[in-house]
Formats: sequence, structure tokens, C-alpha cells
Amino acid sequence: MAESVDRESAEWLRDLTGGQREAAQARLHAELLRIARGEVRRRAERLRVSGPELDDLTHQAAADALLAIIAKLAQFRGDSRFATWAYKFVIFEVSTKLGRHFWRNPTVSLEAEEWDRLPHRYGFDPAQETESREFVTAVRRAVDDELTERQRRIFVAIVVNGVPLDALVVELSTNRNAIYKTLFDARRKLRATLVANGYIDPNTSRRS
Amino acid sequence: MNGWSELDRFLQTDPRDVGCTEAMRLLHVYVDLVAQAADAAQRYPGIAAHLRACGPCSEDFDGLLAAVRETP
Repeated sequence: MAESVDRESAEWLRDLTGGQREAAQARLHAELLRIARGEVRRRAERLRVSGPELDDLTHQAAADALLAIIAKLAQFRGDSRFATWAYKFVIFEVSTKLGRHFWRNPTVSLEAEEWDRLPHRYGFDPAQETESREFVTAVRRAVDDELTERQRRIFVAIVVNGVPLDALVVELSTNRNAIYKTLFDARRKLRATLVANGYIDPNTSRRS
Repeated sequence: MNGWSELDRFLQTDPRDVGCTEAMRLLHVYVDLVAQAADAAQRYPGIAAHLRACGPCSEDFDGLLAAVRETP
């Protein structure tokens, strides 16, 4: 263990590896279930899942998180509270399961390209027809000319069609980092092109 | 803010951005620092940059922080 752990964390470690481990695991499972319930409640407004299905997802997330925690207990380094480390597993499980759930009843497809929705997504007023058309034409040309096939596919799915990134992870059988990295590179290329073509001011920055 | 500046905000990338794998590896450490009102962003600028740009990781950060804050 890299650092000394706080008293509560030390108790969790002792209980989960000692003679009372079954009782400790049951206690941890109850905690994980509470956190999973809180997390789906927090995300509830944006979820398209409810009722028994959501309850099932919550229980699965807690059960899978418990298995992962037990399997990786030796990897806990004491660089945070044990509870924070453990809760991370169940938060990730909720995210992953919601990403999978998206495709049970998808509102968008990966095949159709909904370019007409792009101006609204970026705050254009419906009355700004000419500006909206110019916006779509410029962005689409940059996407078609500058991006690789994979970058284009991921950009269109997420930015144009509005597919959640975690749902795309499931559909493409990859991981969040791979999708993010591809999108990161696509964003950088597109900005450089749109700056070069005079659509974006190169001197703006959002960093803080 | 017009549509172009909104798009520009999305397209801007921060070279300090560590990506999802690294941000998620240390998320529990980062969240504990935030919960303790320590300057997590100063200590881990690459994670802060990532959380500003990545919706799913930012969502996980919000969820974990809420979980920690709701736990006595």
C-alpha cells in the first residue's frame, strides 16, 4: 500500500479480507446499491429507462461493482478513502450499463446523418436560414475533406446524430478512451481547417 | 454566443488533456481532493482539462462527488 490509510478505510480492508468477509461484503453491497440508486436518480431526467428495468440495472450495477472490487482489492493503494475508491466502481457500472441500454430503444441511428439538426444544436435560431445553411456546408465540407473514415464516423455519430459516447463504445466494441482520442484528433483538425477558412477566430480560447 | 463560437468551444482541445483512461484511473483521488476543498485542478491540471472536455467522464465525476458528499 502506497500511503497510510484512514481508520475507516483500514476497517473496510480488515473486514473484507478477514474472517467476517461475508458480512463485510453484504454491508459493502448494501452501500453500493445505495450509491447506484442515488446515481440513477441523479441522472433520471436524461434517462430513457424507468420502473423495473431501471431497478434491475441498479441491482446489476451494484452486484458487478462488488465483484470487481473484491477482485481488485489488492490494488487499493490508500491514495483516497476506501469508500471513494469503491464507489467509483459502481458509478462506472451505471455508466456502462446505461450505454448498453441505449441500443434497446435507440432514438437515433448510426447510418442516417442528421446534418439539418446541427445548427439548432449549436444555438442557431430557426429564422437564421442562410447562416444555418452556410454553417452546415462549411462544417460538412471540413468533415468530408479532413477527417479519416473512422474520425468521420465517430464525429457524425456523436456530434451530428447525438449518439451518447458510452453508447457508441458499445456499438463499436471499443472503449471510452479510444472514442475520445479519435474525437479529440478530429476536433483539432476541424478547428484548424475552420480557422484557416476564416469561420473561426484563432485567438479565442476556453482554457482555464 | 452564436453557433460558430459555440462550435469553437467544442472544437478547442487542451494539450494537457490526459484522456479518459488516466482521468478515470485517478478519479477517486481527484474527487477526494475536491471533496476536501483542496485545489485538485492545480494538482492534476491534465484531469481538470479532461473533465472540462469529456461529457461522460464529467458525468462520472459529478456522480462520484455526489456519492461522496451524500455519505456521512
